[in-house]
Amino acid sequence: MADLTTLFAGRIKSPNPFWLASGPPANCGEQIMRAFDAGWGGAVWKTIGEPIVNVSSRYSSVDLNGYRMMGLNNIELISDRPIDVNLREIAEVKRRYPNHAVIASLMVESKREVWHDIVKRAEDAGSDGLELNFGCPHGMSERGMGSAVGQVPEYACMITEWVKEVARTPVLVKLTPNISDIRTVARAAKKGGADALTAINTINSITGIDLDSLTPRPDVGGKSSHGGYCGPAVKPIALHMVQQIAGDPQVQLPISAIGGIGSWRDAAEFILLGASSLQACTAPMHYGFRIVEDMIDGLSHWMDSKGYANIEAFRGLSLPRVTGWQHLDLNFKIVARINPDTCIGCQLCYTACWDGAHQCIHVDGAAKPEISAAISAASIVRTPTTPTVSHATPPKRIPKVDEHECVGCNLCWLVCPVENCISMVRVDKGEKPQSWAERSKSV
Amino acid sequence: MTPDSTFPELHPPLSQQAAVAEANRCLFCFDAPCAGACPTHIDVPRFIKKISSGNLLGSAETILDANVLGLSCSRVCPVQVLCEGACVYNNINHQPITIGLLQRHAMEHFYASAGKLPYKTVPHARKIACIGAGPASLACAAELRKHGLNVTIFDKRTQPGGLNTYGVAQYKFTPNDAAREVELVRATGVEFKSGIAIGKDISIDDLEREFAAIFIGIGLGGTQPLDIPGEKLGHVVNALQFIAAYKHAEPMHVGHSVAVVGGGNTAIDAAVAAKYLGAVHVSILYRRAEANMSAFAFEYEHARRSGINFIWNARPINITAHTVECDNGNVIPAQTVIVAIGQSRLLETLEKIRTIKLSNGQVVVNPETGQTDDPKYFAGGDCVNGGREVVDAAAEGKRAAKGILQWLT
Repeated sequence: MADLTTLFAGRIKSPNPFWLASGPPANCGEQIMRAFDAGWGGAVWKTIGEPIVNVSSRYSSVDLNGYRMMGLNNIELISDRPIDVNLREIAEVKRRYPNHAVIASLMVESKREVWHDIVKRAEDAGSDGLELNFGCPHGMSERGMGSAVGQVPEYACMITEWVKEVARTPVLVKLTPNISDIRTVARAAKKGGADALTAINTINSITGIDLDSLTPRPDVGGKSSHGGYCGPAVKPIALHMVQQIAGDPQVQLPISAIGGIGSWRDAAEFILLGASSLQACTAPMHYGFRIVEDMIDGLSHWMDSKGYANIEAFRGLSLPRVTGWQHLDLNFKIVARINPDTCIGCQLCYTACWDGAHQCIHVDGAAKPEISAAISAASIVRTPTTPTVSHATPPKRIPKVDEHECVGCNLCWLVCPVENCISMVRVDKGEKPQSWAERSKSV
Repeated sequence: MTPDSTFPELHPPLSQQAAVAEANRCLFCFDAPCAGACPTHIDVPRFIKKISSGNLLGSAETILDANVLGLSCSRVCPVQVLCEGACVYNNINHQPITIGLLQRHAMEHFYASAGKLPYKTVPHARKIACIGAGPASLACAAELRKHGLNVTIFDKRTQPGGLNTYGVAQYKFTPNDAAREVELVRATGVEFKSGIAIGKDISIDDLEREFAAIFIGIGLGGTQPLDIPGEKLGHVVNALQFIAAYKHAEPMHVGHSVAVVGGGNTAIDAAVAAKYLGAVHVSILYRRAEANMSAFAFEYEHARRSGINFIWNARPINITAHTVECDNGNVIPAQTVIVAIGQSRLLETLEKIRTIKLSNGQVVVNPETGQTDDPKYFAGGDCVNGGREVVDAAAEGKRAAKGILQWLT
């Protein structure tokens, strides 16, 4: 079996790279201990600071075609429990689970002595590391904290410096995605002395509007406020931002990745882009702590199948495969091929190619896709008296690709509901690769 | 016992949530095979997409635009050999989309929210007569009203709706449902004259004088006779009378054992209904082998599951007070005998209209327009096709309406 033990930022140990992210699932010691029993390797405590007052309701979501909570939005603030209660529970958890990672997420007033005080107290309680919440986009930012810090590189650098003046454990800076280039704050955190980064925090969002009441969600007495968006929907954005900071030569810090992680596949992808540990929040909120079991054995089975003995063996392996568009090979050429044996004749590729791509998929006897006016004018069919026995797709319904016109865009392959029906096949003559950067230089 | 508890629904409706889940499963095929398989060419993926977005009224309008009998068709269509049979999911061994149930879901919403059909009012519009108030005439009339023509429907029965009212098995469709469709068509301004027999209460000449075109949608006549001894006994009933009686009359007593003669879908409807009405033993006697039976496979399956006993190669030769004797030596006990060997042609009525051509007792029409040899007459439904589904009648009624509009302009 692959070894999943994790040593993060040189000093934070956990039995596996799966940590609860700072949020509702990591609100109190009792939850976190149950999570550890379920298999989680670590937890970042729900952000500790001067207790706040929350509103009701707090969450809203985006469902997609029957899948609930494809994206989740929250307007909940940091911990509403007294600082000393949280710290006492940290001590309790560490005493009972010495081999698991417990990281204190912190957010206090932007004053040097206040930060010094909370850092010392958190470390005295026994936390293995500190995560500075410079990312929360709602409620706290209006008070000069959270993303109000994370959006200004100078503030982020300054507060990191304050923390580092007294911190004895690794300091992780949690980055907000609500900024034009996440690398600017990553570099500022590095400059301030951060030991590691966490990315990404939630994305500013309004998830939707109740079309009866006209109130956006979540509804707080007829009004709403923008919240922080997370869950499966944000994973592509998180992957991109993790790649940006992992690939930045000026940053070069360990990354704890977060953003839509709910399965071992998500985890493997973030590790391939350079992450050292993984945090999850929406997935355990949706399905409970038990999901970690599949994350653990799914990841280790995959690692075994690929021959990776530990996380470091494959961490960052996909990073060299991300490059600027200008370095992509213009001579690489693929086209779509439709397998007539598996095609079910839905013609989604046909209409997608005509209306949404490059008009190179054709159906016999039709120059262009025509809407159903054609069938209502046809003379009527009658109910057959014998049941249809054959479920083979009639050849005339199977679309055909004009390979000379096909630009290899992938759209047909993406819309095809049958696995392995459309394949994208390489057809170039093996010409020497040439990028746009090279071509424009040679001209 | 109420009819509802005697005849529980064969396929219960979908809940809103289940309907959306099922609608989301639809691939939204282009030029979809399901729509092509529907005789009325309902744009199935379009109405399903509207269910998934919560646009139920739009969904129902899409259905009704193609087929005004969207509700009854959603209940009685043999979807397995039509839209659902054509669903591309069949090609990959997936369950086809339950199109019939989704269509019912949209239609129930339409009726529950008192939806209306589009129609026009045109001054000095031409007048069209529809003979028969069954599905074919309803479809024809609704289509004509869309274009502003004046329509009068004549029917010899006391209630409109034709076989939807009198002849569909109760566990599939109730007379109340049929009435909702009639009222929808009536609300477009169609005039219904019930209890009027053509050639008797109104002459053909008067009809031709008053109306610019005449649509014949009279369906078929009663069940054909067996021509065997005992057929006239009191406990022998034809299938359509039996179905009409249990749907509209007092509770029926069929006795302990029932024999149904025939091998079609109507025989199965009658046999299953007899079971619901309390018969312990119900046998279907069919003169040929299992493979020759004209009933749909799923109807046969339904009968089997309902505990109906099938006796093959058994042609009745004599009916006594308590038995049916067959040519293969079988003697089947029966307190009620139901004859379901196909409907006869309404030759008596059709032959009064001398100018139209008949073939094998069926009205001959141009398959593109539904027009008969006499250009003033159009026809559709069972009297043309020899007895098929509601959806076929709806398609042919609509086709004739388009033919009439074309001919009049």
